[in-house]
Amino acid sequence: MLAKRIIPCLDVDHGRVKKGVNFVNLQYVGDPVEIAAAYQQQGADELVFLDITATNEKRKAMAETIRKVASQVFMPLTVGGGIHSVDDMQNLLKAGADKTAINSAAVSNPEVITAGAEKFGVQCVVLAIDAKWNSARRQYDVYVNGGRQQTNLNAIEWAKKGVALGAGELLVTSMDKDGTKSGYDIQLYKQLTAAVNVPVIASGGCGQLGDFVEVFDQADVDGALAASVFHFGELTISEVKADLRKDGVIVR
Amino acid sequence: MITIIDYDTGNTRNVKNALDFLGVPNQLSADPNEILMADGLILPGVGAFKKAMDSLNERGLAPVIQQAADAGIPILGICLGMQILFDTSYEFGESTGLGLIAGEVVPIPEDLGVKVPHMGWDQNRSRKVDPLGDGFDEQFSYFVHSYYVKTTSESIVSTVDYGVQIPSIVRKDNVIGFQFHPEKSGAVGLNGLSKFKEMVENADYSRN
Repeated sequence: MLAKRIIPCLDVDHGRVKKGVNFVNLQYVGDPVEIAAAYQQQGADELVFLDITATNEKRKAMAETIRKVASQVFMPLTVGGGIHSVDDMQNLLKAGADKTAINSAAVSNPEVITAGAEKFGVQCVVLAIDAKWNSARRQYDVYVNGGRQQTNLNAIEWAKKGVALGAGELLVTSMDKDGTKSGYDIQLYKQLTAAVNVPVIASGGCGQLGDFVEVFDQADVDGALAASVFHFGELTISEVKADLRKDGVIVR
Repeated sequence: MITIIDYDTGNTRNVKNALDFLGVPNQLSADPNEILMADGLILPGVGAFKKAMDSLNERGLAPVIQQAADAGIPILGICLGMQILFDTSYEFGESTGLGLIAGEVVPIPEDLGVKVPHMGWDQNRSRKVDPLGDGFDEQFSYFVHSYYVKTTSESIVSTVDYGVQIPSIVRKDNVIGFQFHPEKSGAVGLNGLSKFKEMVENADYSRN
């Protein structure tokens, strides 16, 4: 059976790694190749690179960053942020990425999911969703543009539609939990994994060891993504995996 | 020199990156002479079976690879590159493969409660003693595929359990296949590529 994946996320701005807290405040962390290699050493199962570069011109740096990382680090690499077209996907896949995560562009132009899946295979197309609980409507709303703009989409319905269009994986960030370090949004992932039959990666809220056990025990997610707990050395991946193993979760 | 067969498929660059990282002399090529003169061949592959075979045939490479295999040149097929080593695939209708190992390529059954594609790190179990497979026993490697190979037990070096037993390493003499991506499987995968390099260095064959 497949191992559950532990996935550090690197926010990259024009070739440098940063960590976005609640999508707004940024702190410098360092060189992508160095950090990626350190995570490989620690036993990361995959790396997500999120391009937070503001302008399209500077965004071209991302393919170069991936090219450098892929020549030194031998695990699956996912790239998200600012991907709008099949050409954008192709540039990153050619540079050495294994998957591309589409967020806002998939909402405004859902056909890009299908076009990417047909051209590269569903395994290359990750639908990234930023979701926030709406207590009035009693549903998770989808947000775009780095969490700044609310849409009228229901996250669970959008996830189902995205899979039907060709997304091979979902990377879902809980905006309520992101940056809080209070654990993953279990309810969100329970609903998502019940609704789709593709891998779901949980993101947002991880603050301590027990959060990983909780999300894998309580929701049928395939991977858990975290950033600051790893970047600032609060937890190591090996320590997370040891804890999961103790709990009977299959990890590499 | 190891020649990576370059026929417009996805993961070629990353396979080259891994060999470069290991310091293994290699080149990308679709030139029949460079393929037949290589000490070892790697056949990468991502995507659909029929498209990959069409792509090889457009370049006239299927008979060249078959000739290289007959001559005893070690050949490593990776992922889809492993699947096209076999006779037949049923992906989008029936298509003919290289026929270097007996067997067929069929869909992973979805009714077993597993997610398809089989995507992620899975644990290999050795089925026989083989220098190519020994480093993988109990180890996880990275898979991405929706079809798998059905072949005779003599050809199976290791498997992973995914509802069905999926052959993860296959071998018939000098022809080897990895269903996983060694170039994406960390130290374990790089070790597999090093073992292939050793096999290439120790290969005993004559060219006509």
